[in-house]
Amino acid sequence: MKLFRFKGGVHPEANKIATGCKSITPFPIPDRLYLSVQQHIGAPAKTEVEIGQHVLKGELLAASQGMISAPIHAPTSGVVVDITEHTAPHPSGLPVRMIVIEPDGKDTWTKLDKIEQPFSLTPEEIAARVGEAGIVGLGGATFPSAVKLNLGKDNKIYTLIINGGECEPYLTCDDQLMRHRAEGIVDGIRLMLHGLQAPRALIAIEDNKPTAIKAMQKACEDIESIDVVVIPNLYPMGSEKQMIHLLTGMDIPAGKRSTDIGVLVHNVGTAYAVHRAIRYGEPLVSRIVTIGGKAIREPQNIDVPLGTLVSDLIEFCGGYKEKAERVLMGGPMMGQALPTTDVPIVKGSSGIIALTAKEIEQQQMMPCIRCGSCVNVCPCGLLPLEMANRARKGDIEGAQEFGLMDCISCGSCSYVCPSHIPLVQYFNYSKGIVASQQKEKTHQNEIRLLAQQRTERIEREKIAKAEAAAKRKAAREAKKAQKARELTS
Amino acid sequence: MFSVAIVSLTLLAFLLGLILGVAAKYLKVESDPLVSQIEDMLPGSQCGQCGFPGCKPAAKAIAHGESEVTICPPGGRSLASQLASLLGIEVDLSKVVDKPPMYAQVSEATCIGCTRCFKVCPTDAIIGGPKQIHAVFKDACTGCEACVDVCPTECLQMHIIETTLSSWTWPKPNTKALPPPIAA
Repeated sequence: MKLFRFKGGVHPEANKIATGCKSITPFPIPDRLYLSVQQHIGAPAKTEVEIGQHVLKGELLAASQGMISAPIHAPTSGVVVDITEHTAPHPSGLPVRMIVIEPDGKDTWTKLDKIEQPFSLTPEEIAARVGEAGIVGLGGATFPSAVKLNLGKDNKIYTLIINGGECEPYLTCDDQLMRHRAEGIVDGIRLMLHGLQAPRALIAIEDNKPTAIKAMQKACEDIESIDVVVIPNLYPMGSEKQMIHLLTGMDIPAGKRSTDIGVLVHNVGTAYAVHRAIRYGEPLVSRIVTIGGKAIREPQNIDVPLGTLVSDLIEFCGGYKEKAERVLMGGPMMGQALPTTDVPIVKGSSGIIALTAKEIEQQQMMPCIRCGSCVNVCPCGLLPLEMANRARKGDIEGAQEFGLMDCISCGSCSYVCPSHIPLVQYFNYSKGIVASQQKEKTHQNEIRLLAQQRTERIEREKIAKAEAAAKRKAAREAKKAQKARELTS
Repeated sequence: MFSVAIVSLTLLAFLLGLILGVAAKYLKVESDPLVSQIEDMLPGSQCGQCGFPGCKPAAKAIAHGESEVTICPPGGRSLASQLASLLGIEVDLSKVVDKPPMYAQVSEATCIGCTRCFKVCPTDAIIGGPKQIHAVFKDACTGCEACVDVCPTECLQMHIIETTLSSWTWPKPNTKALPPPIAA
């Protein structure tokens, strides 16, 4: 198959060997599980259980509310002991509402709605079931998958791309999933193709995962509509825009979605979750997480129940063998530093990477020498140095003119910068300002509307009052006139 | 030939000038475009904190130079600097206090249901009825404090809107680490 190379990209040290050859370890049920109501992009889920209630594995804990949202289910059977604010797995360290479950150790499933003939379901039913199972993009973006499947209704989808790129260093969870659960992934892809009414699917896997490639090729040997495509190892290959360009040669127009050009991208983990949800009726209650980094004694891939605390996982892996300078959730390129390890695993946690000071190699920032390295590696064809210069001065509008909103925050620019300028950090900061400005603007418009409606209402009341007064006056006068007539007659 | 051209063009110029002059007088645009432009920039909640009865009179006063560009407390520094750049004037921003966004909250223990607060709320953000506890819609509250002034029992308090997971944004990277430039 012809590949269309995209511009730029970097080759960070892969560091995948430590966890890549070990199979997936199951995780013993922990003492406590912390289920955040916000594990996805969109509105937080609405709590449906009470403190003291006993729940079975797979039972609904919090329901989705609004257009873009996802429900949360119990990862094991046990008692809801608390519904409280707990630190979120987020760089801000802010608290979020969490449902705390104390497992009873039995791990009893609730009654599951198994389906023998899933291909007799209509596409709408498939999307609805995926939504009810609480499946979100497991690559890390955590966008509700059902919403994405429904996007196919407005635009015909010609190609479904299954992202097995896993270009982030250290992470091997998708690699392991493809090696050991290839059949399930392929079944999930077939169900998604049926749900989208799409003609073909491409499974894209980077060439540094030969075992996974072989396993996937074997699993979809007899299926005509699904092909495995071996793609070169390059960061950020796993990014949606870059992967679509590589496989189809098409670019998503600025500010548009991939469905506008007839392509949809889903992660391999999502495909597997769809398989479990449709075939067996199992909601998303666990995921594979890579525990890695040189500070961890026994790095490995673990099948973790959602809500498990990061500290429990690190302990399970033998603890630290060296001082962990920074613990990341996600890979080292786009992952986020955790403020503490007392935070739970959420649906989007692909890895927990504990880095030593030597691995971080933090260095003094120096002035920009305009070498253009960042321009060469930017996969979006932007000028990071010009954008960062403007962001540094607080000229966010200027940064936007240089394409700030097309930046995917992949961090390639920061990675290559010889002056160690925190380029991507400047862009994340600027994007935050743009987002809050937009929010402020919509809020202001709403306020304006409210104020206007109030003035109109007062005006209406005034008129109504005046009319009522006029009516009363007329009635009074009529009465007076009648009285006068009576007197004269 | 040349003189004919000069004469005819001069006559034409005078004629057109006359038409334009008359038109400017008779077809005068009533509202000042600058006023409506400034009004669009103001918050539009008619809260009256500037001392004018609403945003339009305030916009008029700013456009005619009768009041400072810093009179709008909800707009804060960003509005003041935007207005200054629109009017092409220098402004001393040090005096403008950037109040953190606030919202009012009714303390249920002391509310007597007097209905005074929701009568003055410029955005109808307070609900309630006579002798019933009132409540504030946080999303619709502009933090203008009009209700605080009229409450007889001081049961309305202003609170700072706290950052949540959805409103949090990345801070600016710390550039203090930048070493001093090396002298040549």
